[in-house]
Amino acid sequence: MSTQADDIDIGEEYKEKYGFSDDIKYLHTTKPGINEGVVREISKIKNEPEWMLNFRLKGLKHFQERPMPKWGANLGQIDFDNITYYMSPSEKSETSWEDVPEGIRKTFDRLGIPEAEKKFLGGVGAQYESEVVYHSLRKDLEEKGVIFLGMDQALKEHPDIVKKWFAKIIPINDNKFSALNTAAWSGGSFIYIPPGVKVDVPLQSYFRINAKNVGQFERTLIIADKGSSVHYVEGCTAPIYSTDSLHSAVVELIAMEDATIRYTTIQNWSNNVYNLVTKRGFAYKNATISWIDGNLGSKLTMKYPGVYLMEEGAKGEVLSVAFAGKGQHQDAGAKMVHMAPNTTSIITSKSVSKDGGRTTYRGLLEVDKGCHGIKSNVVCDALILDETSATDTFPYMNVNEQDVSIGHEASVNKVSDDQLFYLMSRGIEQSEAMAMIVRGFMEPFIKALPMEYAIELNRLIELNMEGSVG
Amino acid sequence: MSKLEIKDLHVNVEEKEVLKGVNLTIEQGKIHALMGPNGSGKSTLSFAVMGHPKYEITKGEIIFDGKNVLDLAPEERARLGLFLSFQYPSEISGVSLSNFLRTALNSVKYTKEKRIPVMEFRKLLMEKMDLLKIDKSFASRYLNEGFSGGEKKRSEILQMAILEPKIAILDETDSGLDVDALKIVSNAVNTLAGPEMGILIITHYQRILHHVKPDVVHIMYDGRIVKTSGPELAMKIEDEGYDFIYKELEKEV
Repeated sequence: MSTQADDIDIGEEYKEKYGFSDDIKYLHTTKPGINEGVVREISKIKNEPEWMLNFRLKGLKHFQERPMPKWGANLGQIDFDNITYYMSPSEKSETSWEDVPEGIRKTFDRLGIPEAEKKFLGGVGAQYESEVVYHSLRKDLEEKGVIFLGMDQALKEHPDIVKKWFAKIIPINDNKFSALNTAAWSGGSFIYIPPGVKVDVPLQSYFRINAKNVGQFERTLIIADKGSSVHYVEGCTAPIYSTDSLHSAVVELIAMEDATIRYTTIQNWSNNVYNLVTKRGFAYKNATISWIDGNLGSKLTMKYPGVYLMEEGAKGEVLSVAFAGKGQHQDAGAKMVHMAPNTTSIITSKSVSKDGGRTTYRGLLEVDKGCHGIKSNVVCDALILDETSATDTFPYMNVNEQDVSIGHEASVNKVSDDQLFYLMSRGIEQSEAMAMIVRGFMEPFIKALPMEYAIELNRLIELNMEGSVG
Repeated sequence: MSKLEIKDLHVNVEEKEVLKGVNLTIEQGKIHALMGPNGSGKSTLSFAVMGHPKYEITKGEIIFDGKNVLDLAPEERARLGLFLSFQYPSEISGVSLSNFLRTALNSVKYTKEKRIPVMEFRKLLMEKMDLLKIDKSFASRYLNEGFSGGEKKRSEILQMAILEPKIAILDETDSGLDVDALKIVSNAVNTLAGPEMGILIITHYQRILHHVKPDVVHIMYDGRIVKTSGPELAMKIEDEGYDFIYKELEKEV
């Protein structure tokens, strides 16, 4: 089929908008590779309490002993010795953009963060390589007792609450990469919402990798106390390099009785980043945790946000969208563990693969014995745009109770010549027709986002679709 | 005056010759009916004119306003003023009819730099929906998803009304077209036809011609137009079926 679509190289487009890099002088840079010396050095730079150093060392030990997971995507090419595990660009986290070093400030300007902050955010964190360089919270939220800090700062200012919950949701030995994060963690967000406080505007963090062969290991902990609610959003980008970087975060959520946490990710790493992230939340009585997880970038993503439904009436939701283009593998999904009766979970996964990209849905639904009255529904739809692309579905179920209501639907759709011809016969160019079909497919996900992010995501889809057909 | 001229058109579908030299001219402002038994190549002709990639033109020309359109992509043909109302339009999930119509209208009649203002489009859409007696809620439904046969026809006709093509081909070949859908199509043709639009109704069934009065009737048989005449031809087929045509053809052989 002939087409008028401009032959835009996606790499070029990404490069201009997000893929640029800065020439920054770093205050601290550890030698490439990870070992006890590096871990002790990171802890020393941060002037941490002894217990945290011990955590790190335990994490390192487990990381070194644990074999590489073989059950999923191909991780064999990660060169752990060639990665720099800690790089800090500035002395401390600032509360005014004016005080952020100019080069870095310009980057975040270019990414539109300060502008978004003014328009519709309640608080913002900005992390550059290993450290949070900027943090702010709207005054009225601060007055209500909301805490929104970089994780390192929280460890200094609120050590008791950090110590109480740190690695409680995701234990050190949960998996190889959560162990690595525990050893090398730096940055990330700490959020505490006091009882009954409803934060009606999103709090956002933006994660930026700038240097080559760098590892980013942020650690985020969100605690929503009884009857409170919060919506946290994270975005991420990096320059394009020919060698690989590693992003391996750990995110732990605690939703107390009647609390609601919504955690939205728009992941747009460049195509040389391994994105291996562990995300999990505990939802207590009548609490709700929703993960809205959009994966557009990275070379390989392995991420299965989970909700442990700890007490009656708890609700877990994962809405996952993955977009895999040339050279990308998005291995994403969800994990729902029903540990109490009358709990509910919903998993909706939508994936698109094109230009040889690959998407995998991998999900686990677990119901413990005696947990009656469980409701769970899993829907995963995949859309394949061409013959060279692929998708797989691995829905695991481990249900140990009879009195449950579980639904599961999966579909694989291909864009047909007839669909394209139909749209083109109405004057719509092939590339736009394809983008239209993809946007339509993603509609349920986009609808769940606040308007500003819906617009952003639509733009990203457009960017990913450009020059993709011909 | 726009004119669609099809000259000695030969079309292969999956290596098999389906059209074997079609000659047909349609002028703006005229209603043509193309009739013929199942399998005679009527739908193939409509797809070939619009440029479906599965239909391979092996010989002949399709000329629109003096320009050969064979090298043009479907979207370029649409921009010149050609339109095909599909018998089985595709379903596009998550894309509302109104969003789709606006994109289509922008593509056909506007440029990337100059788009139709949203309010102006809404006004136009409401006007056309009133004209065609289509319920307002229709516009927010996803394109053809879960539409009944009649609703699909409405959707196609609404697109035609918005895009205002110079030549529209309505593929209504399916003999299973229900009475409701038939009325929708014929009412719309009567409403939209005029000096600015040429229409080719493709039908197996003569029933539609009770509601629409064509200026010219063509009969297609085995990949060729074998007879062209006035509306009385349709009446004759109504009374006698296609048999008399087969007999005439046998005589020629």
